[in-house]
Amino acid sequence: MANIPAELKYTREHEWAKVEGDRARVGITAFAQEQLGDVVFVELPKVGAKVTAMKTFGVVESVKAVSDLFAPVTGEVVEINGELPKKPELVNTDPYGQGWMLVIRMSSPKDVDGLMSAADYEKLTAGGGH
Amino acid sequence: MRYISNTSAQQKEMLAIIGASSIEDLLVRIPAKARLSRPLNLPRAMAETELVRHLQRMSGLNAGADDYACFLGAGSYDHAVPSPINHLISRGEFFTAYTPYQPEASQGTLRSIFEYQTMMAELTGLDVANASIYDGASSLAEATLMAHAATGRDTLVIARGVNPLYRQVVETYVEGPGLKIKSAPLGDGVTDADALRKTLSKHVAAVVIQYPNFFGCLEDVRSIADIAHEAGALLVVVADPINLGLLTPPGASGADIVVGEGQGLGVPMSFGGPNLGVFAAKQELVRRMPGRLVGATVDVDGQRGFVLTLQTREQHIRREKATSNICTNVALCALMATIYAAILGKRGLRKVGELSTAKAHYAARELTKVPGVSLRFGAPFFKEFALRLPKSPERVIRRLVKDRLLAGVPLKGFDRAYKDCLLVAVTEKRTKEEIDAYAAALAAAVA
Repeated sequence: MANIPAELKYTREHEWAKVEGDRARVGITAFAQEQLGDVVFVELPKVGAKVTAMKTFGVVESVKAVSDLFAPVTGEVVEINGELPKKPELVNTDPYGQGWMLVIRMSSPKDVDGLMSAADYEKLTAGGGH
Repeated sequence: MRYISNTSAQQKEMLAIIGASSIEDLLVRIPAKARLSRPLNLPRAMAETELVRHLQRMSGLNAGADDYACFLGAGSYDHAVPSPINHLISRGEFFTAYTPYQPEASQGTLRSIFEYQTMMAELTGLDVANASIYDGASSLAEATLMAHAATGRDTLVIARGVNPLYRQVVETYVEGPGLKIKSAPLGDGVTDADALRKTLSKHVAAVVIQYPNFFGCLEDVRSIADIAHEAGALLVVVADPINLGLLTPPGASGADIVVGEGQGLGVPMSFGGPNLGVFAAKQELVRRMPGRLVGATVDVDGQRGFVLTLQTREQHIRREKATSNICTNVALCALMATIYAAILGKRGLRKVGELSTAKAHYAARELTKVPGVSLRFGAPFFKEFALRLPKSPERVIRRLVKDRLLAGVPLKGFDRAYKDCLLVAVTEKRTKEEIDAYAAALAAAVA
C-alpha cells in the first residue's frame, strides 16, 4: 500500500502540502524520496523569500541525482526546517513528518484547489510517477 | 601519431552499410557555391624525413623562450620547468590530456588530481579546489557565474587591474544569463578603494580583483574583502599560484573564491597553451563549484580510495540544470603542476617567489636608469611592472628581438591609454647578465 496520507495535497512533481489556515507546510512524498534514494543535501530558500506555485524553490540532492523542488502554492516562506542541513536523511526516514522542508504563507489560498488529492496522486504514482 | 587512411574497398563497404552510393552522395545537400571546386592548394607530398626537416625549419622561425631572454608575462610566464616533470608525465599510465571518464578504474590519476586539489587549496588559502578548468580566464568566468548563483545578484564589479583578456572572457560568459559588469578604476596602479565603494550596491554579486594585478602591482586584498563583504558581495581574486608560495594566500585575506592561471607551475608557455585553470573556494560554496572534484574515501574493505564526487550536479546527470557546462579538467597540465609543487616543496616555491621579485626589482631599477624610461605606476609590484617608454614600445620590441631579447608585452592592444607602456615580467630564470643586456639594448633603442 502506497504511503499517501489522505489529508494532504500533492503536486505532479511529488511535493506534498499540508494546509493549516493560510499556511502550507511543504515536503516531498514518500514515493519521491524512494525514487531519489539516500538524500545527502537539501537546499532551501531563506525565510522571507517569495515562492511561486510550480516554480522551483530549492533542490534536493541524493546520491543519484539533483532534483528541483517545486512550490505547491504561491506566497512567502515563513519557516524552514533547520534540521535538514545537518540531517538530510530525515527526508528519507520521515518524509511527511520530520522531513518537512518549509512553511509558505499563501498569498492566494485558492492555489490549494489546483493541487491533487491523495487519490489522484496515487493514480499518478501507480502509473510510474510521470 | 600517424594518419591511418581507409582503402577504397573499406569506403565502399561503409557507404553500402549506410545506403549511399558514393561520398559525393553524402554532400549533395551542401550548395554548390559553398563547395570548393578545385583541389586544395597544397605543396607536393613529402617523405617523412623531408617533412620533419621542413617543419623544423618552419618552427625555427619562431622566437621562443628557449633561445631568447624572455621578459614576457601578462598571464603566461617563463618559469623554470624541472626535467623530472616531462619524464613522469610521459608514463603511459598518466599520458592523457583528458579527465578520467571511467574514474574508479583510474585510481592513480584520481590520486594525482586529489593531490593537485590539496596543493591548490593550500596555496590559495581556501577549503576546496577543483580538478582544474581550461585556463585562468575560463576559471574567472566560472567564478563570476558561481557568485551570481550563490548570491542571487546580477551585477559584477571587475577592477581595472584584472587582465583585460580575462574580462573579455567574462563578458562572453555572462551575456547569456544577462549579468551587468561595472568597473572599479585604478588609482596609482591598484584599485581605488573609494571609487570601488561607489560601485557597490545590493545588486553586486562579486568584486573581482587580481593579485598581483595585471600591471604587477599588489592590491590590498584584506581591505577590498572588507569593502565587498560589507555590501554582501563575494570577493573573487585572480592569482597566479606560483606567487602564493611567498605572498599571503588570498583566502587568508578574506577571498571567497580564488582562480588563476597555473601555467607557471611546471607547464611550458608553449606559445599560449595548453594552460591550467585553477579554481578554489570556501567550503560553503562547494555545491556550486563548476568542474570535476575528486574526493578521498574508503572502500568496503576499509582501504583508501578516490572517487569523483558531487557529480550529480554535472552536465551528464543534470543536463541543462548543471552547475556549469564544464565537466572535464586539464588532467595533464594539472599533473605537471602537482609534480612541480612536489619537487619544489614549500621552501622551493617560496624561493621562486623571492628570486622572481628580487630580480624584477633589480630589472626595474636598471631599466629606469635609461633616460626617458620610467615606471608607469607608483604602487609596489611583485614580479612584473609597467614601463613608460619615450619611443613606441612596438618598435623597441622589434629592435630588441635582434639582441635575442623578448622585451615585454606592449599595452596598447589592451588599452589605448597605455599606448606608451611596456609590461615587463621577470622570473627566477632571468640572469643578471640578461637583465644588464636588456638595459643596455633599451638604452640604445630609445637613444
